Amino acid sequence: MTTLKIRHLTKLFGGVRAVDDVSFSVRSGEFLALIGPNGAGKSTCFNMINGQLAPNAGDIRFSGRSIVGLPPRAIFRMGVGRTFQIAATFASMTVLENVQMGLISHAAQLFGLWRPARVLHREPAIELLRQVGMADAADRACRELAYGDVKRVELAIALANAPRLLLMDEPTAGMAPRERNDLIALVKQLVVERNMAVLFTEHSMDVVFAHADRVIVLARGKLIADGAVAAIRDDPQVQEVYFGTGKTFSRRTAGHQAPRPCTDQSSPSPP
Amino acid sequence: MDAFLFQALNGFASASGLFFVGAGLSLIFGVSRIVNSAHGSLYMLGLYFAWTISQYMGGALGFWGGIVLAAMAVAGLGALIEVSLLRRIYHVPQLFQLLATFGLMLVINDVALGLWGAEDLLGPRAPGLSGFVTIFGRRLPQYDLFLIVVGPLVLVALHLLLARSRFGRLIRAATQDREMLGALGVNQALLFTAVFALGSFLAGLGGALQLAREPASLSLDLAVISEAFVVVVIGGMGSITGAFVAAVLIAQIKALCIAIGVVSIGELTINFSQLTLVAEFVVMAAVLVVRPYGLFGRPQGAVRSAGDAADMPLRPAGRPLLVAATALALALLSLPLLEARFPYALIVGTDVLIAVVFATSLHFIMGPGGMHSFGHAAYFGLGAYGAALAVKWLALPLGAALLCAPLAALAGALLFGWFAVRLSGIYLAMLTLAFAQIVWSIAFQWEEVTGGSNGLLGIWPPSPFDNRAAYYLLTLAVAVVAVIVLRRLLFAPFGYALRAGRDSPLRAGAIGIDVRRMQWLGFALSGLVCGLAGGLFVFAKGSISPEAIGVGRSIDGIVMVLLGGIQSLIGPIVGAGVYSLLQDMVMRQTDYWRALLGGVILLIVLLFPGGIAGALARWTQTPAGASR
Amino acid sequence: MSSFRTAFALALLCCVPVLCIAGGARAQGAATIKIGELNSYKAQPAFLEPYRKGMELAVEEINGAGGVAGRKLELVVRDDGGNPGDAVRVAEELVTREKVDLLAGTFLSHIGLAVTEFAGRRKVFFLAAEPLTDKITWQNGNAYTYRLRTSTYMQVAMLLPAAIAAKKKRWALVYPNFEYGQAAAAIFKEQLRAAQPDVEFVTEQAPPLGRIDAGAVAQAVDDAKPDAIFNALFSADLAKFAREGNTRGTFNGRFAVSLLSGEPEYLDPLRDEVPVGWIVTGYPWYAIETPEHKAFIEAYRRKFNDYPRFGSVIGYSTIKSIAAGIAKAGSSDTDKLLKAFENLKVVGPFGPFEYRACDHQATMGAYVGELALRDGKGVMVDAKFVDGNTVLPSCAEVASRRLRPQN
Repeated sequence: MTTLKIRHLTKLFGGVRAVDDVSFSVRSGEFLALIGPNGAGKSTCFNMINGQLAPNAGDIRFSGRSIVGLPPRAIFRMGVGRTFQIAATFASMTVLENVQMGLISHAAQLFGLWRPARVLHREPAIELLRQVGMADAADRACRELAYGDVKRVELAIALANAPRLLLMDEPTAGMAPRERNDLIALVKQLVVERNMAVLFTEHSMDVVFAHADRVIVLARGKLIADGAVAAIRDDPQVQEVYFGTGKTFSRRTAGHQAPRPCTDQSSPSPP
Repeated sequence: MDAFLFQALNGFASASGLFFVGAGLSLIFGVSRIVNSAHGSLYMLGLYFAWTISQYMGGALGFWGGIVLAAMAVAGLGALIEVSLLRRIYHVPQLFQLLATFGLMLVINDVALGLWGAEDLLGPRAPGLSGFVTIFGRRLPQYDLFLIVVGPLVLVALHLLLARSRFGRLIRAATQDREMLGALGVNQALLFTAVFALGSFLAGLGGALQLAREPASLSLDLAVISEAFVVVVIGGMGSITGAFVAAVLIAQIKALCIAIGVVSIGELTINFSQLTLVAEFVVMAAVLVVRPYGLFGRPQGAVRSAGDAADMPLRPAGRPLLVAATALALALLSLPLLEARFPYALIVGTDVLIAVVFATSLHFIMGPGGMHSFGHAAYFGLGAYGAALAVKWLALPLGAALLCAPLAALAGALLFGWFAVRLSGIYLAMLTLAFAQIVWSIAFQWEEVTGGSNGLLGIWPPSPFDNRAAYYLLTLAVAVVAVIVLRRLLFAPFGYALRAGRDSPLRAGAIGIDVRRMQWLGFALSGLVCGLAGGLFVFAKGSISPEAIGVGRSIDGIVMVLLGGIQSLIGPIVGAGVYSLLQDMVMRQTDYWRALLGGVILLIVLLFPGGIAGALARWTQTPAGASR
Repeated sequence: MSSFRTAFALALLCCVPVLCIAGGARAQGAATIKIGELNSYKAQPAFLEPYRKGMELAVEEINGAGGVAGRKLELVVRDDGGNPGDAVRVAEELVTREKVDLLAGTFLSHIGLAVTEFAGRRKVFFLAAEPLTDKITWQNGNAYTYRLRTSTYMQVAMLLPAAIAAKKKRWALVYPNFEYGQAAAAIFKEQLRAAQPDVEFVTEQAPPLGRIDAGAVAQAVDDAKPDAIFNALFSADLAKFAREGNTRGTFNGRFAVSLLSGEPEYLDPLRDEVPVGWIVTGYPWYAIETPEHKAFIEAYRRKFNDYPRFGSVIGYSTIKSIAAGIAKAGSSDTDKLLKAFENLKVVGPFGPFEYRACDHQATMGAYVGELALRDGKGVMVDAKFVDGNTVLPSCAEVASRRLRPQN
């Protein structure tokens, strides 16, 4: 069953085509990687699916319904979870409260004016934290966490509405290689258990090739490849946009990842 | 027609001074993100300096040289202020800088009183430009013509400076991307000092140039700072051209109102000249509703400075706090027993409690809501007038009138909040200020209903609340309930959602929170409670007049919240108590109470940037306790 | 450790306000008569500094002569914060904490009215020294409040004969946009129209107090081509308006009457920009030859080495009135004092005047004269004293027109 179907999606920033006539789809239970060099339009794509940005052309269908023009909060209500390239959590709340907020919102209790929020959905929140390995930090302030831990908390928040589609923008940025593998393995497991569709971007090719069911590749806003892991690995066009000619993915190991400069998620810049 | 065209010339002449002071403010904000509320004081000092020099030197040299010297002296003073004061507080949150410069304004005003005395000081006419030229058959002072020319000249000069010089490029770089500037290895401290001096120079020049037009007086600082804020916000923070266009726009609209004069439409007579009272704020509200970042402004990139310290997680009241709160409540409850010995205690107590309700309601949207309202007096005023009118016109009893107060404020907060939550940061602050000024001017002008500038009189609480003790206890009960309810709201999902929207609008949206609606509701609830404070105020004082709901009240509220500590829930309570008592005592002790109050505010900003409650919290927390 | 500190800090937080609120109650000095004086010293320093000096002079004179009713006077002066809310609290403080025998003072009309209300409510004697609004003695008058200074109505009435005599048809009005200006303009229009039915009011300019756009206002007045101008601006607004009007020729060949402009507080800052020929109310201290005034000015000069302003006269007369009232009553008891103030005769620097029993207004007059320039400074020439009694509606009129609520 197709969870997300994207048709001819286009976004212009000024005269620049950040995303240019991109079409693809994600099925339920599929773990789909979206890769491409920096500035390829990955985050812009995510921002359109999530409702942060309105596309200039094209259609986005979630479970058969067009979600173009809906605000992020409406898209969340339909069952889409999201993590951001720079993790966005509520810094002034505890880890547990962050997750509880997701659950409270999902249960439509946001306008509760009397019962304290901290007693609501405690157990499910702890359970979600346990799944991402953060249960021990439940009572710590989110602002005190290491960045990798914040990313895990964010994942737990994003899972709070039991999403049918999870969008993860570089979920493992800032993590050690081992942690990356663990986290992606965890997500992969959730995909299977919950029959959830996941679209994620990831710079570590080892992680991608080890876990993704399918890979799509963006370069300069255009979709240049779409296929199974093996096919993408050997696609000369993909190799070219990534490394120029002559190099292949297989030589790289996750340990050699160079740190990338962060860009501000809240103000997407033209590629 | 000629008359209107000629009035346009007057408008351009008036715009000059406004432009200088606005441009300076805008430059300083653009580079250092400091909202300098002492900018009006620099303008005022420019005029006083120029007057003094022209008196001592006399003649053309004294006048023209005095203007230049005065502007330079103010620039030097600005640099001194930057180095000695502002440099210490760049790391504290923006609002605290505002508070510090406000304290500075109070101090400067009293210093000026000490130096120049209370009498208005009218300068000489401009030597060489004391006559007039005839245009459209009317006389235009030569000096006005000079000002009309000098304004655009300075605009062009500033543009050249910004476009051509290295200094200018650094200013632009800093305005657009502050973090980048640090990375470029620029001597940031020097740049900030230079920019502050330049901004001060412009303010001083604007003031000094008024030497031939208006007397130096001690009320200039407040009058000018409010106009300057308006100019800067309408033009767009950081935009010099914007400041110019806004200054011209405001001056022209005022000149037009004056030119139209009295108009009769049937039975209705409108005196347009009275609209100049509030014209700039109406323009500002209109501009901000249509263009949220002013005419030439751009959205501010989120400034992630070290001072942008977010709150720590909320903890339910621990035993010490519960014990202390109960003890305090009991102590306050027993105050009437001491009436015979300390009758004044009940009066101050009532005032303090009203201030507590006011400050707590403001903190609700400023702290957890992240919306810095500069116009909270509006809801206080709506509540006060709501209750007063309920008594005067509907002859309602106390209880019903006290119910009208929050309802009137709620209606206002719903209306104004709907617009305000569409903005953020300083623009939101200024829009709330504009709404407050509009409310104020309606109270001021609508004489048949509101009693005009004299207000409504003779609104006393009826029996059994007609004695001090009973009314004090009523106020105490209302205040305790208001504080507990607001606290409870903050611990409820709604309060969390409000904070979620402040902490990360992005994440809040992604988990289904309608941030604007939460903020709107927060704004409305805050207004509601604030209206209650206004209602209590009317019956405590027996009267209400526009003076009581002016800018001063909004500022008092902000000072209380910041003084107590914006990041703490008991902050506004502590702040309201300390500030009210301090004001009461200081006013009694010395003629220079403004300077003393300003000095105390400065000290607190420098010593406890987290407010009093913040400082207490730090002191009580051992390192182990801090992480728990 | 931590919890001890927390407890200590919180205990401190609790105790401090309670202690502060309680404050130190002052021992009541039975020996003196305490006059609680509150005023907007910070907001209106130009008028109120001389006022305060006037009060101090009077207190010194009275106490030097042995006080009144066997007791000395003691002034307890407070700033009212420039707004009615603070003013009422300060009044409460004076009454409850300082235990003053009576209240006096206030300058701005709305503050004067708020304290008037307070006095009526708390049954405290209040002598409103300076606020001009008619409402203090009429619409909002009460049994506990008397007022010294010539009211807005009286000021306008003083100028009216000159305005009528000038026989000008087209009038322009300029006044600050608050109650004093609005009331002055309304009274002037009503009275002038009654005397001269064909009068036309060609424009009305009401700039905000302290923020006049003088060039535009002067121009608009000129553009309306009036024959005469009625002005109620004062202070910085007046200075700006005068300079612009002089340059632009707004005043050329136009008759003008102006409220308060002859008071040194407002006239002196104009320097050589005095609009010559205006008929004004004011205080020509340099031209008053009465013995009472001569004595006053000599004493004032000796004490302060400065010439008196109009505020000095008001401050001095305030204290003299209170002393006279207490002397007549034989005590500072509120009821007796109220009774004593009925038709109380006082001699001030302007000579004798009295407090009317019917509306509690003092009949102290003021001077009307023409502005002129002498040695580069503005002066009033041909100044004539106008007795307050002649410009007040008679007590019968006050009653028949129901100007004042029945007590």
